[in-house]
Amino acid sequence: MKQSKSLLSLLSNNEVRGYVFQAVALCAIVFMAYVAIDNLFINIEARSIHTGFSFLKNRAGFDISEFLIDYTPEHSNLRVFYVGLLNTIVVAIVGIFFATIIGLLIGIARLSNNYLISKLAGGYIELFRNIPVLLQILFWYNISLIIFPHPRKSFEFFDAIFINKRGFYFPKPIAEDGFLWVVVALVVAIVSVIAMKRYFKKKHEKTGTYTSTFLYSALLVIGLPAFVYFIIGSPLHLDYPALKGFNFKGGMVFSPEFTALAFALSVYTATYIAEAIRSGIEAVDKGQKEAAAAIGLTPVQSLKLVVMPQALRVAIPPTINQYLNLTKNSSLATAIGYPELMSAFGGTVLNQVGQAVEILGMTMLVYLAISLTISLVLNIVNKKMSIKGR
Amino acid sequence: MNKLIKISAVSLLAMGVYSGAQASTLSDVQAKGSVSCGVSKGLAGFSAADSAGVWTGVDVDVCRAVAAATLGDATKVKFVPLTAKERFTALQSGEIDMLSRNTTWTITRDASLGLNFAGVNYYDGQGFMVKSSLGINSAMDLGGAAVCIQAGTTTELNLADWGKANNIDYTSVVSDTNAQTLSNYDSGRCDVLTTDASGLYSMRAASNDPSEHVVLPEIISKEPLGPVVRQGDDAWFNIVRWSLNAMITAEEIGVTSATVDDVSNNPERERLMGRSGNTHEYVGLNSDWTYQIVKQVGNYSESFERNIGVNTPIGIARGVNALWTDGGILYSPPFR
Repeated sequence: MKQSKSLLSLLSNNEVRGYVFQAVALCAIVFMAYVAIDNLFINIEARSIHTGFSFLKNRAGFDISEFLIDYTPEHSNLRVFYVGLLNTIVVAIVGIFFATIIGLLIGIARLSNNYLISKLAGGYIELFRNIPVLLQILFWYNISLIIFPHPRKSFEFFDAIFINKRGFYFPKPIAEDGFLWVVVALVVAIVSVIAMKRYFKKKHEKTGTYTSTFLYSALLVIGLPAFVYFIIGSPLHLDYPALKGFNFKGGMVFSPEFTALAFALSVYTATYIAEAIRSGIEAVDKGQKEAAAAIGLTPVQSLKLVVMPQALRVAIPPTINQYLNLTKNSSLATAIGYPELMSAFGGTVLNQVGQAVEILGMTMLVYLAISLTISLVLNIVNKKMSIKGR
Repeated sequence: MNKLIKISAVSLLAMGVYSGAQASTLSDVQAKGSVSCGVSKGLAGFSAADSAGVWTGVDVDVCRAVAAATLGDATKVKFVPLTAKERFTALQSGEIDMLSRNTTWTITRDASLGLNFAGVNYYDGQGFMVKSSLGINSAMDLGGAAVCIQAGTTTELNLADWGKANNIDYTSVVSDTNAQTLSNYDSGRCDVLTTDASGLYSMRAASNDPSEHVVLPEIISKEPLGPVVRQGDDAWFNIVRWSLNAMITAEEIGVTSATVDDVSNNPERERLMGRSGNTHEYVGLNSDWTYQIVKQVGNYSESFERNIGVNTPIGIARGVNALWTDGGILYSPPFR
């Protein structure tokens, strides 16, 4: 009797009760997840659907239009997975790159004192932010197929660049022996620029004299590799695209699917990044700018040294979210047939093999991994940027 | 303790769902009063909805035949339009009762997806269509071409095999839906469209000016298309298989929707129509199930000529899809 009373009093203890309920809730969640998964496997077995990952080793047997690593139908389904993954990563990188640049420009333009520029930037944001991105992808894709000409009537520039319905064709640079030295020169130039910046920064901190390194840096990074390039005797030649039969052969090509996808994702995501940048800049107190002006900083210096470091602190977390969104949105490519992970692996392989649980599970894990990686990297950046308590 | 009770209730509910056994497809269908049938998102002559939302086509007629057999009413079909990629998952998960969506019967699909093909309602093969302005007469001239193709089909595999065997180099342009594939071909994203020949005829008929397109003579694969059901419900499998067979047999012994009411003095026709024998008991349906199929949907020939025959815009001749007695390969096991 006494024991049960003490047990009861234990239950009326808030802290203990909290733990008990949380433990019960956790057990319930784990149990439900277990039931759901168990149910899934029982049902799969009951319907005699083939399970397991042996399909990854099987011959894929179908073609993929774009690949960065060598691919033929003779390769395995696992190879399709890699091809799709790389295509996803490429479109994400390209999309993030352009979305950031457009977003930065539009975000700053939105705050411009010039009425026209700020209204144009505002109009851009409102227009592209409020149309579903899938619709935009389909729009740009189908528009590009309507406005660009047939390969035989391509838009030509200098006999080297061709634009038609089948893609954007550029000459492809092909490295010859000795090109490695140019790369080495570039690395050396970059390393010396970093060293130079450090040196001048220290000097600035010590003596207070500020030296602009921009011109030297530019000269070094462009000049040194160019110098080496010509000394060795131009170890690079261009492979020009040329019309052969139905289509252009050779050169480098960006397909309409890739271009439309990357374009739509950049333009769409840029609106959110622009808003993040704007909110960041607006979050910086007006007094900061005035103080910067008061100690004699130029407007550019004020933006670079005072406003931006504080603005980025506010802007980075929402921007990270947008990078993640862009990466996940790239799976919409399945609508226009760009062979990224969701389309090539989660679509075509799934249909040829039919094992939805394994294939979609793998695909989801990859998106999760990519998103967590981006998130991790940018959180580190954010930590560096955030206010350091002194 | 309120929360605890709630949690326990939820857990119990989950267990209840878990142990809920699956009823048979036939009793499911009869309970809900309609057959859920997976069809294409629009392939004229096979499965397409008109402006009033009424579905027609030879694939649709198989769904209707099953509804007529099981529910006595060919209109009691709930059509579920599916892309090629979605179709098997929809069937496996039980979202649809049967799939009648120009689906090729292959060993992989039959043996590894937990599905069963109930028969063949159209013998097809993969072909190529190009714009007549290209001036091409043979698929062998397609080297270097861009080929429009639908994702998740046997077509993709056949094309790769054919390209390799004939040393023809091509670029594939893959789309998710029929509509996008066709729009890519129309806009000139690719030079050639490849799919089952029936699909090519259907798309050509639906285009603005059918004379602008040529279907090339090469057929590079065999594509037996037919209705599909989930594995494990043999009674339902029998119903779908024999509903289709009833249409084929009706043509063979000369019963049409017009003459179905008068089958006296012909033992074969009487037997098919359930006037004699008790085959209906074996499939678990009413004795007039075959009568309802032929009366409401028609025999195979009626369905074919109404939807894709030479007098329709699609204009496909019977060819190999003629009855075995007429030089084709369409053949139903006997109703006996």
